[in-house]
Amino acid sequence: MIAQGRRVLTNDMVTEIEALSPRYPDRRALVLPALHVVHKALRQVSFDAVVDIANLLGFPPAEVQDTLSFYQFFHQEKPHGRVRAFVCRSISCALRGGEDVLEQLCRRHGVEPYGTTDDGSLTIEPAECLGACDFAPCILANDDLLKNLSPESAATAIDEVKARTR
Amino acid sequence: MTPFKPVLLEAVGIPDSYTLASYRNRGGYAPLEGLLREKQPAEVVEMVKASGLRGRGGAGFSTGLKWTFLPKDHPGPIYLCVNADESEPGTFNNRFLMEDDPHQVLEGTIISSFATRASTAYIYLRYEYPHAWNRLQGAIDECYAAGLLGQNILGTGFSLDIYLHRGAAAYICGEETGLIESLEGKRAWPRIKPPFPAIEGVFRKPTVVNNVETMACVAQIARRGVDWFKSIGVPADPTNPRDPGSYGPKLYCLSGHVEKPGCYEAPLGITLRELVDDFGGGVWKGRKAKAAIPGGISMGLFTEAEFDTPLDFAGPGRVGCLGLGTAAVVVLDETVSIVDFLHNSCRFFAHESCGQCTPCREGTSWSLRMLERIRAGQGRLKDLDLLLEIGNTMGMMPGSTICGLADGAAWPIKNAINKFRGEFEDYIKRTNPEGWMVTDPVAALQIVGAH
Repeated sequence: MIAQGRRVLTNDMVTEIEALSPRYPDRRALVLPALHVVHKALRQVSFDAVVDIANLLGFPPAEVQDTLSFYQFFHQEKPHGRVRAFVCRSISCALRGGEDVLEQLCRRHGVEPYGTTDDGSLTIEPAECLGACDFAPCILANDDLLKNLSPESAATAIDEVKARTR
Repeated sequence: MTPFKPVLLEAVGIPDSYTLASYRNRGGYAPLEGLLREKQPAEVVEMVKASGLRGRGGAGFSTGLKWTFLPKDHPGPIYLCVNADESEPGTFNNRFLMEDDPHQVLEGTIISSFATRASTAYIYLRYEYPHAWNRLQGAIDECYAAGLLGQNILGTGFSLDIYLHRGAAAYICGEETGLIESLEGKRAWPRIKPPFPAIEGVFRKPTVVNNVETMACVAQIARRGVDWFKSIGVPADPTNPRDPGSYGPKLYCLSGHVEKPGCYEAPLGITLRELVDDFGGGVWKGRKAKAAIPGGISMGLFTEAEFDTPLDFAGPGRVGCLGLGTAAVVVLDETVSIVDFLHNSCRFFAHESCGQCTPCREGTSWSLRMLERIRAGQGRLKDLDLLLEIGNTMGMMPGSTICGLADGAAWPIKNAINKFRGEFEDYIKRTNPEGWMVTDPVAALQIVGAH
């Protein structure tokens, strides 16, 4: 093993991951749940966290990293904002102005797509179909689905989610 | 049109429809109890086979037949994976089922697990459905408390655990072997088949992967019977021995340029025009339709003239589309540029190609780059033939990839160019008056500069 002791994972995280262990006959299946546990708590899964997870599950860190890097979902080098907004750009949303919503939201907050505001309050990520085409265009901001948006209503709705997430 | 009362969606709009008490009030779990006590697993398999139920996830393969591929007398464990990684653009029917009536999905999952002798079922749920996650987890907890899950369910000796497993925003995890790899904690690279999952699936054990809506259909077949299910939809074509028919109700997702987007239940075989006019309130803003996606973006395109095609398993194929897919209809009105549509489609598949097979990885990314160049005013007529060549050579059908993602990427390219070639040619000539006729290869450096 590369490192002794844990550097990033807290006892609570380890408990949460181990509680899922009886569900799977193979500890490798805990990789994705473990990544989610860490990512939810820290808004990133750093390389140190990867080593911790690997040590906990008994795999080389490279194998955990291999899985992590496949899913663009996990932020690694820097945490995502306190609010993470997935702005749908797939066809149903695009037909109803989704690209405008994305562009104007980025401009309003002074970030490029996939960027995080300097104060760490918001990350804006283009997303493929969120499965809410009946509410197009839409944004998934943390656990809130923001529906039937215009660029203006998106700005307000995002501000509300930010105000709730401090 | 004969009036049709929703069955799969009967809970929508009922207060607390997602609770166990509400589901029981509607007759839920009574069929499960009777079936666990009185039937053998093989009889349940026969029941589902006889119903003609075809998988609702996109491929439309017979559910009962899929179950019979499991090895007989296997010592176990056998696994059931419920595919809730609903990611096909335009598709949200599973979200409706999981949010508004999770117990219907769970009852179908328990019955299907009994039929397949599975002792553990994993519901692989996409990350983007936090509300569905909470509803499903709540319903699972209620089931354990009520003795409907766990050891010795209702004293029948049958035991089953159902676990939710969260995805991480990757379209490829909806491919059944990609899902299995992801569930095992690896990158979601689809497996070469055979062996099929029924022989060697998750954790190298026999595995069945079924869609959420398929599970709901199983619950309704158990409750209402095979004859009820077969009374709905389009019977098998007697002149075609290979047509298994399109039986049962279907959830159609309607979005894009319609007045009332939504998830609507109708008998299989409703035409796209009926769906748009009778359920969707027509094309929005009083405009005309130009085209529509018949079943998720990977199925291709209907022109407006093809809107009277029935949306059953055989219909879309008759007008050159890939199939019924997820029955997600997205309407494009007359103002939409077909070039923009295809760019959006190519961008999606270039982003979601898992990168395992070269024809798909390169084909999807180069088709996107070509569309970007065309939209940047540097298109050439020759590009259309090159795009078609990509479309005709990547995928399972031409035999160059492991899974069907590339076929799904190819169909919008082929349909858009074959059905709207004139518009593409006009666009290229208009935006690139100096160079549309050039046929020399595009120098790599020029391509880079175009973006």
